[in-house]
Amino acid sequence: MSLQVNDLKVHYRTLRGNVHALDGVTFSLEDGEIMGLAGESGCGKSTLGKSLIRLDSRMHHAGGSVRLDGREMPIADDKAMVPLRFHEVSLIPQYAMSALNPTRRIGRMIDELLRARGVRPADKADELRRRLELVGLEPDVLRRFPIELSGGMKQRVVMVLSTLLDPSLLIADEVTSALDVSTQRSVAESLVEFRDRGYVRSMVFVTHDVSLVYQIADTIMVMYAGHVAEKGPAASIVSEPRHPYTRMLLSALPEVGSTSGERLQGIPGTPPGLLDPPTGCRFRARCPMAFDKCVERPPLVETAPGHWSACWKTGEE
Amino acid sequence: MWRYMGRKLFVYALTFIVAVTINWMIPRFMPGDPVRSMLNRGSISDPEALERMTAYYNEVFGLDAPLHEQYLSFWAGLLRGDLGISVMLYPEPVVDVILRAVPFTLALLVPAIVLSWIVGNRFGAFAARSKFLDNSILPVGYVLTATPYMWLALLMVWSLGIVAGVFPTAGGYSLALTPGANWEFVSSLITHWFLPFLSMFVVALGGWAIGMRNMIIYELEADYATYLHALGAPRRLVRRYAFRNAMLPQITGLAVQLGTIITGALLTEIVFNYPGLGTLVLDSLDNRDFFLLQGIFLFVVVGVLIANFVIDIVYVLIDPRTRVQMTGGSS
Amino acid sequence: MSNIAGASGATPGSAPGPSGERRGSEALHFARRNPKLLIGLTLVLGFLLLGIIGPLFVDHGPNQYVGPQSRPPSGEYWLGTTTFGQDVWAQFVYGIRSTFLIGILGGGVAFLIGTAIGFLAGYRGGIVDEVLNMLTNVVLVLPALVVLIIAVAYLDARGLVVQAVFIGLTTWPWAARAVRAQALSLATREYVDLARLSGRRTWRIITTEIAPNMSSYLVMSFILLFGGAVLTAAGLDFIGLGPTDGVSLGLMLENAVAWSALQLGLWWWFVPPGLAITVIVGSMYILNVGLDEVFNPKLREL
Repeated sequence: MSLQVNDLKVHYRTLRGNVHALDGVTFSLEDGEIMGLAGESGCGKSTLGKSLIRLDSRMHHAGGSVRLDGREMPIADDKAMVPLRFHEVSLIPQYAMSALNPTRRIGRMIDELLRARGVRPADKADELRRRLELVGLEPDVLRRFPIELSGGMKQRVVMVLSTLLDPSLLIADEVTSALDVSTQRSVAESLVEFRDRGYVRSMVFVTHDVSLVYQIADTIMVMYAGHVAEKGPAASIVSEPRHPYTRMLLSALPEVGSTSGERLQGIPGTPPGLLDPPTGCRFRARCPMAFDKCVERPPLVETAPGHWSACWKTGEE
Repeated sequence: MWRYMGRKLFVYALTFIVAVTINWMIPRFMPGDPVRSMLNRGSISDPEALERMTAYYNEVFGLDAPLHEQYLSFWAGLLRGDLGISVMLYPEPVVDVILRAVPFTLALLVPAIVLSWIVGNRFGAFAARSKFLDNSILPVGYVLTATPYMWLALLMVWSLGIVAGVFPTAGGYSLALTPGANWEFVSSLITHWFLPFLSMFVVALGGWAIGMRNMIIYELEADYATYLHALGAPRRLVRRYAFRNAMLPQITGLAVQLGTIITGALLTEIVFNYPGLGTLVLDSLDNRDFFLLQGIFLFVVVGVLIANFVIDIVYVLIDPRTRVQMTGGSS
Repeated sequence: MSNIAGASGATPGSAPGPSGERRGSEALHFARRNPKLLIGLTLVLGFLLLGIIGPLFVDHGPNQYVGPQSRPPSGEYWLGTTTFGQDVWAQFVYGIRSTFLIGILGGGVAFLIGTAIGFLAGYRGGIVDEVLNMLTNVVLVLPALVVLIIAVAYLDARGLVVQAVFIGLTTWPWAARAVRAQALSLATREYVDLARLSGRRTWRIITTEIAPNMSSYLVMSFILLFGGAVLTAAGLDFIGLGPTDGVSLGLMLENAVAWSALQLGLWWWFVPPGLAITVIVGSMYILNVGLDEVFNPKLREL
């Protein structure tokens, strides 16, 4: 098992108090697993992605643990995380279009980064070229400035760079949202290819586009208001969702490939504020199936092999 | 990208035309007879000379001719390099008077601008390192930019020149010496140059430091910086990139600040009675020598335009983004 | 760009569109704890008060010859006297008053022109933008003080208001540029589109939809223009193009130099006026940084 996240709590410090963005999140990733992470904006999926690699200055680790390949990750300690970054955990950010220093030639920037991370650029030069070709880029891009590349090309350069040191875990944060549909497909397929070739061991694919994640992910985890609602094999999540929120999310699914699925019109109401979150099941105010018991927080239980759901109703069935 | 340069050149040409037009218009549309008011204030004792001058200036202004003819002949004179004849130093042509002063002004301006830019950028980058440095360097920078050029110059003349007596307080060189390429004269030039230079340098420093600090903070927030941090890049590398990228807007800032710094140079020269354009402005105002004044104005404008153009070229050469577009490379 | 909205949505601390009230109180919270803002504001208000009240306690004109000549500061003449026996303190407080006046008037005129042109260019775009941008660039390149010297030199009688108007006419361009850039980004927002669709008039949209959303930015622009106007006016005064028969800090510097205060060692004549300009403008700038930190959450963290 490559990644184990146990009861992870990450809060944002704000003037009005702590925002409980991740409030006890538990899941694990098998070797080679690509997990799609879905949910509405503000459900904590991006926070989870960041927590696994670098907390920003307002985030703090309030509890729980993260283990990668059996070793505890010191996610609260920015300095101690440095050796893990890039080597063990890596990131494809959602701002991949602007992730490259605009005034450096791409090859030079990569060399400088590698050297700063204690890797001899010459050792990786051939591999770098091979992988660029794999995603359909000429090695010539290394001599160019980012401005000379199209959005899709930049996206692919970032993909290759982020995975160059064969990390154990890759976090792909909304990587496809800024791309057109056909580029989305090819980027997603490249990511699967990278996994198949062992460039990355496992992957968390953060997206709000469930239809896309279904095409590439082995498993899907749905989050709601800082909690895990459901996690299971992609096919069974889509075909037989257990959690009422997942069902509504799927029924409200935007057209395939649409990037405007940010606000789900199909679900009335809005997610609760996480500054002072309600007790019990966080979905109960919007849930058509809510009943008395929902004032208690439902545990995440395994309802079928590898399929977990946090709902009193599904837990019973 | 050549289009970009073309646009810039067009704006500069337009600016030049506007400046010339202002120059032509002001004496004609301000209340009063420019020739009389000019000659009244000038201390001309010889009545014959006065008459000659009045005739000359009346002809130059050509106030009898229709306005468009006046305007065209004004341009014609200008293109011949004829800026008229100085009242104050009659009958010396304005151009000669100005050309004598220009080297002194440039000798102050160029080193002050270049050095303050380099040092200020370093300070600013340094300030963005920590909250403590930021809180100490930043206010100093703001106080410096708020300092009137002439006041710091006054303080320097008074403290280092008069009270301490370390530096000469007026002029461009000792009047006891005859200009020549000997060491005595050169050292006199340098000692007279140092204080005005220093005072300009110090005031200009603050602005650059602040600009750099703000740009670096902006750059450190940029996506590429966040990405590098996420990949575990050391702060040193990220800062180096941020510094380099922040330099680029600072070059543009050079063009924007040019007017302010030139103004500062003129004021500083006046305090030190330094024989550059600033002192010439004051003298021509005192003598109501409008021809000289307008000549200086045109020289300054042309200087600013040339400097702007040079900065544009440097920027295009340094910023890969514009350079790439210029060579026609595209994806 | 829904992905960007999604990103900030995931960080609830800066959730987009908190209610106005909450945002106001948050700004106030940071304002009270921001030393730059507090120190800057205190100094500016202190000098403003001195400029308003000070002259009321001086029972003679600032240029009157009232006392002994060239006296250092004393209990009677707080800032000493000039070589002619004028009371430097009296000139000083009147000078501060006119410094604020020129800053508000000159900065105000520049602000009005700059924001009007900036808004119009940024909001309208197209050919209007092109032309206004060209105009802005032309005026930007011309060195303001040198233009002012030429223009003001021909005036026989100069007043503070005329000076202020001239300063305003020559120093607006960078404000126009800055406002244009801001308005450009705001003009494409949804609510502005909505207002435009509903057929509201341009200036109504600018004043009711766009301007309020950049009010903090506008305040900061005004402060910078204020500082610029004060410094420019001081420069003009120093060259001898200040208000005729007026009092100002720049004129004090001019007179001090003209009557050899430096050589005679009358430091009380030229140190206070320059110091006052520096402190007033400097604390304005520092106040500005404080405001920026209060209104721009990103800067709070560094």
